[in-house]
Amino acid sequence: MERTAIRRRLTWQVATVVDVRRETSTARTLVLQVPEWPGHVAGQHLDVRLTAPDGYRASRSYSIASAWTGDTIELTVEQVPDGEVSPYLVEVLNVGDPLEIRGPVGGWFVWKPEQPGPVQLIGGGSGVVPLMAMLRAHSAAASTAPVRLLYSVRRPASVIYADELKKLAMADNVGVRLRYTREAPAPEEQVGRVDAELLDHVAFEPSVSPTTYVCGPTPFVEAVADLLVAAGHDPATVRTERFGPTGGPR
Amino acid sequence: MTTHLDGNAAAGALSELFTVDITAAIARCAGCAQTGPFADTHLYVDAPGLVARCPGCDAVLLRVVTTPTDTYLDLRGLTYLRVPNE
Amino acid sequence: MGIVSPGFAGRRREGTNLPPGQYLTHDFPVLSAGPTPHIRTEHWEFTVTTETGEVRKWDWAALLALPAEEITKDIHCVTRWSKLETSWKGVSLDTVLADVETGADFALAHSYGGYTTNLPLDDLLDGQAWIAYEYDGEPLDPEHGGPARLLVPHLYFWKSAKWVRGLVLSDTEDLGFWETAGYHEYGDPWREQRYAGD
Repeated sequence: MERTAIRRRLTWQVATVVDVRRETSTARTLVLQVPEWPGHVAGQHLDVRLTAPDGYRASRSYSIASAWTGDTIELTVEQVPDGEVSPYLVEVLNVGDPLEIRGPVGGWFVWKPEQPGPVQLIGGGSGVVPLMAMLRAHSAAASTAPVRLLYSVRRPASVIYADELKKLAMADNVGVRLRYTREAPAPEEQVGRVDAELLDHVAFEPSVSPTTYVCGPTPFVEAVADLLVAAGHDPATVRTERFGPTGGPR
Repeated sequence: MTTHLDGNAAAGALSELFTVDITAAIARCAGCAQTGPFADTHLYVDAPGLVARCPGCDAVLLRVVTTPTDTYLDLRGLTYLRVPNE
Repeated sequence: MGIVSPGFAGRRREGTNLPPGQYLTHDFPVLSAGPTPHIRTEHWEFTVTTETGEVRKWDWAALLALPAEEITKDIHCVTRWSKLETSWKGVSLDTVLADVETGADFALAHSYGGYTTNLPLDDLLDGQAWIAYEYDGEPLDPEHGGPARLLVPHLYFWKSAKWVRGLVLSDTEDLGFWETAGYHEYGDPWREQRYAGD
C-alpha cells in the first residue's frame, strides 16, 4: 500500500502556478508545480492559504482533481459568490504566481486502484472534483474495477470536464450519468434532484458490494447518503465528503 | 445559513499536529459512545476555531485553535482515536 | 514565514475607527461552533445563580415585562470582522441583576446548546451589557442567537453568547468554551486581546 502521503507532519509550502484552464464560466483548473510533493491518493485534498500585504490571511480546502503522475498537480476551483478565496483563485491568480499550500491531506475519502469491488461515485456541483481524480486514477492504472459516476449539476454550461468525461465513459467498465437539476440539454430529459428512483436505475446495487463516494454541498451529501442507506447500502461502505460556501477559522 | 462540513475538512489542521492521518481514524464519543470514522464527524469551521461534533449526539469531540504562536488541541470529548499500526 | 499572495487584498479594510486588525463588514456573518438551537419562547428560561447558590428565574413573559432599551453599538468579532452601528432591543443586565444579592467578581454565561463564556461581573453592569431579543427591529433570528442573546459590545463578540440561558456568578473565574481553547480570558478588541497571553 502506498503510504507516501500520510506519514509525516505537514506544513505550508510554496507552489508555482504553471498553467490555468478555464472549465466553465465560474470554474478554473490550476496546474501547480510543488517542490516537495510526496504524491497523493485520488480523493485527497490540500489547503490553500492567501496572505495580503498587511498580513491578513485566509485559507480554504480544495480537492485535488488530478491523479498523481509524478509531475504537477491540478486543482479545480468553483467560484463561490461573495467568496474570499475562490474569486482570487478563479479570476486573479496568474501563471507564474506563487501559491501557498499544505497537503496532501485526508486518508478516508480516497480510492486506491488495489481496492476491491465496484466503485460508485456521486457528485453534486464541484463535488465532482475529487471523483474526477478517482476516475483519472482508475484510467491511469487501467483498473478493471467497474466504476460509475452520477454527476448532479445545474445545467449543461455548468458541467466541468465535459469532454474528458465523454472520453472516459467510452471504456467498457466506466459509466457516466449526468443529472441536471435546473435545465437539461434536451427538452425531453428529466430535470430534478437525485432521488431514490434515479439511484435505483443508475447506481450499483448493494448486492454487488460497491464502495460509494459522495461529495458535494452538505445538504446534497446528507440527502444522497440517506437515500443510499434507505436503499440497503451498508453505511460503512458509503464515504462522504461535504463542502460548503463557507469561511474558515484562520 | 450556518452549516457543518465533516471531519475530512480538518485533515490539514490536524496534519500539523499528527504524523498519521486522523480523518481515517476511528473515533469514539465520550458522551454517547457512537464510534466511527473521524471523517464522518460534523465539523464547524465558521468559528474562532475548528469544532468537531459527534454525528450522533452533537457533543464536542475535538477542538483546534491555531494562534500565531501555538496550536491548542482539546480531545476531551473523545474516549479514543483508533489508528491502525500497519 | 510564508509569502504575500500577488494581487490578494482579502476582505476590504476600510474606516479608521476600527480596533487593530479588524476589517469592516456590511453583512452579518453567522459564526457557529455547533448546530443552531431552536428554542420556543414558551420554553425559554433565563436563570441567574449566585455564588451562594441562590437562583433567580425569568421566563419569556417576565423578560418582556422588564423595561427594554434600544441599543446601537459597533460589534467586533475575533475572526476580524467589525460591523458598525448595529441596532438591538433588549433588557439591560443592570435591570435583570438589580435585585440579585451578590458579591461575586465573575460570571459564566451559559447557552442553550452548551456554549459558555466568562466575563467579569463589572463588565455586565453600568450600561455595558444586555439580553437582546430584537435585531434591526425584528425578533432575533435563531442563527444570530434568538430568541435572546447576550450583548456585550465592548468585548470581542464571542463574549456576546448566543441563545443565552443563564449566568452563574462566582468569586473565581471559570473559563468558557473558547477561553479554555486558547482565546483571551477578557477579550478587549481595542487592546487586541485575541489569544491567551495577548
